[in-house]
Amino acid sequence: MQPIMQSTIQGRIYKFGDNVNSDIIIAGRYLIYIEPKELAQHAFEMLGEGFPDKLRSYDILVAGRNFGCGSAREQASTAIKGLGIKAVVAASFARTFYRNAINDGLAIVECPAVHEAVKEGDDISIDLGLGRITHEGAQYPFPQIPPSVRRILELGGLANYLKSNMASAIGS
Amino acid sequence: MGMTIAEKILAKKSGTAGVAPGQIVDAYPDVVMSHTATWRSVSVMQRIGATKLYDADRLAIVLDHISPAKTEKYAKDQQTSRNFAREHGIKKFYDVDAGIAHLVLMENGHIKPGDLVVGTDSHCTIYGALGALGSGIGYTEVTSVWVTGKLWMKVPTTIKFVLDGKFAPGVSAKDLMLYLIGKLGADGAGYKSVEFYGAAMPRMSISERMTMANLAMEMGSKCAFIPPDAKTAEWLEGRLKDPGRYTPVYADADAVYEQEIKVDLSNLTPMVACPHQVENTKPIAEVVGTKIDQAFLGSCANGKYEDLAAAAGILRGRHIDPGVRLIVTPGSKEIMLQAMKSGVLQTLIESGALVTNPGCGACAGDGGTMADGEVSLSTANRNFIGRMGSNKSSIYLSSPATLAASAIQGKIADPREYF
Repeated sequence: MQPIMQSTIQGRIYKFGDNVNSDIIIAGRYLIYIEPKELAQHAFEMLGEGFPDKLRSYDILVAGRNFGCGSAREQASTAIKGLGIKAVVAASFARTFYRNAINDGLAIVECPAVHEAVKEGDDISIDLGLGRITHEGAQYPFPQIPPSVRRILELGGLANYLKSNMASAIGS
Repeated sequence: MGMTIAEKILAKKSGTAGVAPGQIVDAYPDVVMSHTATWRSVSVMQRIGATKLYDADRLAIVLDHISPAKTEKYAKDQQTSRNFAREHGIKKFYDVDAGIAHLVLMENGHIKPGDLVVGTDSHCTIYGALGALGSGIGYTEVTSVWVTGKLWMKVPTTIKFVLDGKFAPGVSAKDLMLYLIGKLGADGAGYKSVEFYGAAMPRMSISERMTMANLAMEMGSKCAFIPPDAKTAEWLEGRLKDPGRYTPVYADADAVYEQEIKVDLSNLTPMVACPHQVENTKPIAEVVGTKIDQAFLGSCANGKYEDLAAAAGILRGRHIDPGVRLIVTPGSKEIMLQAMKSGVLQTLIESGALVTNPGCGACAGDGGTMADGEVSLSTANRNFIGRMGSNKSSIYLSSPATLAASAIQGKIADPREYF
């Protein structure tokens, strides 16, 4: 199977603060859904008027510390994908969100300096291959996802990874 | 170099001689738990075309979040989970009558010291109350563990807590954890393991240890450990299917800790987490008098028998404020039965409580929904905006004792008035 994730992601950013929890990203009452489009209709609804639709004109979310904390609900990353968001850059991620995003094929980047540098509506470019973000001419390096795990992300998520490795991974 | 408990368990479960923080290993969990999310993992299994499980005996399924089904969609999803369990001969299957997955699995002897347990719930850290490594994962990853038997795990660094002294009357394990979460922050233990030691630990009941390991998640921890001792062995006696057939895992004397934090329990006061972050904690004196509309006594953090009994101890012979709805949701069937036999349920009902069936209840949005402007006090582990209903309602978190005192007064109250 060929990688489906692009190695460069570019676009307008929406900026969040610290501790955006997964209950805010998608409320528990919507966990009856698993499809990205259905979930996206209710993403960030708890933040009030204008959400989630105002996020649809952005490409990348930039957040502070501990993005995705709280519940291990995988639908948090699925809902973000459903909004058309291509990547989340955060100062740090909660570990459950970090894993779920990889398993869901949503690009995630840990880069505290970018959160400090950008403002809402700015354009940034993420080079996943080289491990650096470009914003207004400045470059910000970030630690890359471990190679053993990167393959899952490149294939668009864990389900695709399992399918492509069916013979060896599942033994059938 | 010596190893911490998390390092030792991950080394053992990955067949690696020694591991170090930061290392990524392929680990084989002893138990993979899925709760109400089970149908989602089943759908992934169908999507990838897998039909065989790595080992059906490692699966544990408990339908706890919305129980019994409240809409046709939930009914259909539960049917999917039930059918899957039947088709694959899942022995550790518990239906909507059982209670919260974490408590049900421990009470029924499915979690042993030294086990590696993963599941579709962030509060899997609770298994550390028995010395097992518990950690939450998403439903797709659960499917992956179902079929491959393994998952990648990064070896965490570890924070050591040393607890001395005794709780003052009216102060409990919940207050300790709210204090620590406030001190360290919501990501203070992010990606890390935590271990609890000190002269206070042998006195901590298994119920208190469960509260501690459960709440450790709210400081971001990957897993939490209370090293097994005589109390652990006693609690497991008669519960484990094969008593004695487990090997507790302890840290080496020269294990390396990232940080050591000492706490004297006798200095602690009742604590409350204020809206809308668990780390937003305050000593009770700063919030006393805040009017409440609802009080929820339940959850995997504080819906255990000792929690219900602590509240009943204060409510006995008293009645709650007429302006408050007190909702009590026992954590499991076993807890509910014990509370029924001991008279705790009767005390709670006579004091004005509404007692529901066991399960996650209002903590997971199953009943007890809050309207605009309402305030809830809850013994659960999360107070995030909108978690219990309207995004214009607010949630405070406390111990069962603080909850009982507050329900009586109709406003947040100091439980020490009743001791």
